[in-house]
Amino acid sequence: MSVGFVMLVHDALDRAAQVARHWSEHGKPIVIHVDKRVDGPAFEYFKGKLADLDNVRFSERHACEWGNWSIVAATQSACELMLDAFTEVRHVYLSSGSCMPLRPVEEIQTYLDERPRTDFIESVTTDEVDWTVGGLDQERFTLRFPFSWKRQRRLFDHYVDLQRRLKLARRIPDGVTPHLGSQWWCLTRQTLSAILEDPRRAEFDRYFRRVWIPDESYFQTLSRLYSTQIESRSLTLSKFDFQGKPHVFYDDHLQLLRRSDCFVARKIWPRAERLYREFLVPASRALVMAEPNPLKIDRLFSRATERRTRGRAGLYMQGRFPNEGWENGKTSGRYSVFEGFTDLFEDFEAWIARRTGNRVHGHLFAEDQVHFAGGDAVYNGALSDSAQLREYSPQAFMTNLIWNTRGEHQCFQFGPADDQKVSEFLATDRNAQISIISGAWAIPLFHSNQNFSDLRKVAAHLQRIETAHLDLLRMGKTKARVRIWSLAEFIENPMENLQAILDEIGGIGQRRLSEVPVMADLSGFGQFLQNLKNQGMSPHLMGDFPLNQDSPEKPQGGRPYLVK
Amino acid sequence: MGLLKSYRLRLERKRWRMRAVRKRRQLAPVKNRTDQIAKSDIIVFCTLRNEVVRLPYFLKYYRELGVDHFVFVDNGSDDGTTDYLSAQPDVSVFGTHHSYKRSRFGVDWINWLLRKYGHQHWCLVLDVDEFLVYPFSDTRPIKALTDWLDASSVKSFGTMLLDMYPKGPIDSVKYEAGNDPFEHVHWFDSGNYTIQKNERYGNLWIQGGPRARAFFADKPERAPALNKVPLVRWDRSYAYVSSSHMLLPRGLNLVYDEWGGEKTSGCLLHAKFLDTFTSKSEEELKRKEHFANSHEYKAYHSGLVEDPDLWCKWSEKYINWRQLEILGLMSKGNWA
Repeated sequence: MSVGFVMLVHDALDRAAQVARHWSEHGKPIVIHVDKRVDGPAFEYFKGKLADLDNVRFSERHACEWGNWSIVAATQSACELMLDAFTEVRHVYLSSGSCMPLRPVEEIQTYLDERPRTDFIESVTTDEVDWTVGGLDQERFTLRFPFSWKRQRRLFDHYVDLQRRLKLARRIPDGVTPHLGSQWWCLTRQTLSAILEDPRRAEFDRYFRRVWIPDESYFQTLSRLYSTQIESRSLTLSKFDFQGKPHVFYDDHLQLLRRSDCFVARKIWPRAERLYREFLVPASRALVMAEPNPLKIDRLFSRATERRTRGRAGLYMQGRFPNEGWENGKTSGRYSVFEGFTDLFEDFEAWIARRTGNRVHGHLFAEDQVHFAGGDAVYNGALSDSAQLREYSPQAFMTNLIWNTRGEHQCFQFGPADDQKVSEFLATDRNAQISIISGAWAIPLFHSNQNFSDLRKVAAHLQRIETAHLDLLRMGKTKARVRIWSLAEFIENPMENLQAILDEIGGIGQRRLSEVPVMADLSGFGQFLQNLKNQGMSPHLMGDFPLNQDSPEKPQGGRPYLVK
Repeated sequence: MGLLKSYRLRLERKRWRMRAVRKRRQLAPVKNRTDQIAKSDIIVFCTLRNEVVRLPYFLKYYRELGVDHFVFVDNGSDDGTTDYLSAQPDVSVFGTHHSYKRSRFGVDWINWLLRKYGHQHWCLVLDVDEFLVYPFSDTRPIKALTDWLDASSVKSFGTMLLDMYPKGPIDSVKYEAGNDPFEHVHWFDSGNYTIQKNERYGNLWIQGGPRARAFFADKPERAPALNKVPLVRWDRSYAYVSSSHMLLPRGLNLVYDEWGGEKTSGCLLHAKFLDTFTSKSEEELKRKEHFANSHEYKAYHSGLVEDPDLWCKWSEKYINWRQLEILGLMSKGNWA
């Protein structure tokens, strides 16, 4: 008993001939169907190349078009010829010209001999598949498809649409439950001949002629009627990408293909010299009885699909520039924005760096330059500290910074004196954790030695900017994690507030706070605010400060505040 | 896109094509071997002037990738470039002494040659200092890529121009003909690029890298464009609009995904900063045949006199395409 190979060939004839010869010389009968669209001389040449082999036959030629009946018709005639001409054949293995055997023919033969009654054909009901192209599954069987999907896409789509709207549906022949599955199968003589010699075959053929992609459903459906034992999987390793186009194997897949232990793989790139050289040699190793295990290849291809459909979050490049809302993450990781903290605490940056182990930058969006951690002039990814380059696209600056430091958590300072263009981006980025002590910018003013009228102008200016910024953060489309305290609120309980921020960042410093940054001296700040009011400005972002009185929580002499 | 806009773009394309037809008279065949071009050949198109030093490695690199034929426009070389090219078995050379600038920096000439010889071929439009890297380029010839693009019904392939520079002054290592330029000039900036969308043509406009950082920090909007679409399955109705940055019809510029995914894309490694660069920029400054009144060259020239080192401690050393892929400078997309 033997396995026989039916090959459907339409291009790369040289490679097809090579594979056919390989099987044939190992004593396996072959029937080849060559697409009618292959021109005469090419066909004759191809035939000539295999002329010396007495177990190779050529079946009646059909002009094949993807997705339509002709492929099934071609398969039928080739199979009929196979069953007639080679009586010793027990299993018929359907393959294509771009298939390649990965294991010695003897191993396929042994494998099939151990399972003499089994039909290997992927065959699942339409409810269970999610891989169909164009979203057509059950409708493949109930609509009519007279137009070519590849050449007459518009007509195809419109006609489908029309039938849906008119609720037209074809009747599925009695006793038939539509099944779908890979085109590449291996059936026993019993099952295959039962399908081909079925008294109702004319009826079935007439029905399937107008089903879409019948090569994925004709045998898959009908074998359910006759087979005693169906293994619903294909022995051919054949993977499709998200567009329904088969993945192609190249020389660099050699090891992967070897380790898959699959019997046959498709599609092989016709110029993959090394694959053809390595796999089409006489069996050079002891026979192995391993089960096919394409897991690794599956994983490779599903990763590729993921890359193509979802991409890497936070990446913008020549192949990925998502529309607003489709970024699946505007940046590639979480980061923290602190507003007002360096005004309130004297050594905040160093302190938070110690507590969290993160890179802590100064004001990245300062007007003079970018203040990177450690005062660097260039940062990861060769980001420049030039304010002009940054302001050319603050958004790109931000996404670049976070992308370049993948795996780290960036912290930086922001405030109303900085360039504000990036504000909206920060607010709408889910990865941003923004903590704000509103009105804290008044503390450096309070400590500065400027004329009061100038101070008032600056204060009014900064307050206007921060108010707009806060309004933005309170808008509905804000996605950032935002905490806002007024200065008065914050200093009521600074420890707890700092702890909450640290908890959110994570990292080291998970213990309770034992060391806190030094707070600026606020004695007289209440009076300062009152003076601003007296000058006609209304400082409201700081919250309520009692006049002429230290804030209740304020430590004496600016000593560190300890919590046990 | 509205009907009117689409009609305007069609007229514009027609105009560029007419212009190319007119400019064909400026080209005289020096050595025409285009009859050797076979049906599915991949062809390189390139305009150059005095590049005899760079040519041996350029030809070697692309022959090894599997390019079948080269078509050059030689714009008045006097350093032996013409003879060198004419002697190559797979090269066709067209000579011209006309203005590079008035041919829109060679685009008109190239558009004509593409129309004449590139129809229905995969064509690569390059400068002689650009080296294409695509996913798996170390194990798969370029034919594997174009076959895959064909099977995916994709007609154009997007890249970013990646400026490569040496560590230390640009003229510290002497470049000899035939050497791999990236033996010494192998540093690049990995993450300081900005992208905007050009609504008119639909292409991305990418800027940044060492040139923006070192020469254009005070006028970033003038930094050179790094987006390129060098590999196109050509049809005689197509036309490049400006260098290989963008072309018409605008669908060919959509080499990026807008719904979060990544399309397969590559990089053009740019070996601009060899030791020949300093003298070249001086010469180009005098000729005034380059883009925006040689603004770029002015910037380089003054930049180079002051501080010729582009290297910084965050510069990345080039290893292979996989590194570029991990860094997010190119993508495998769904090609596996």
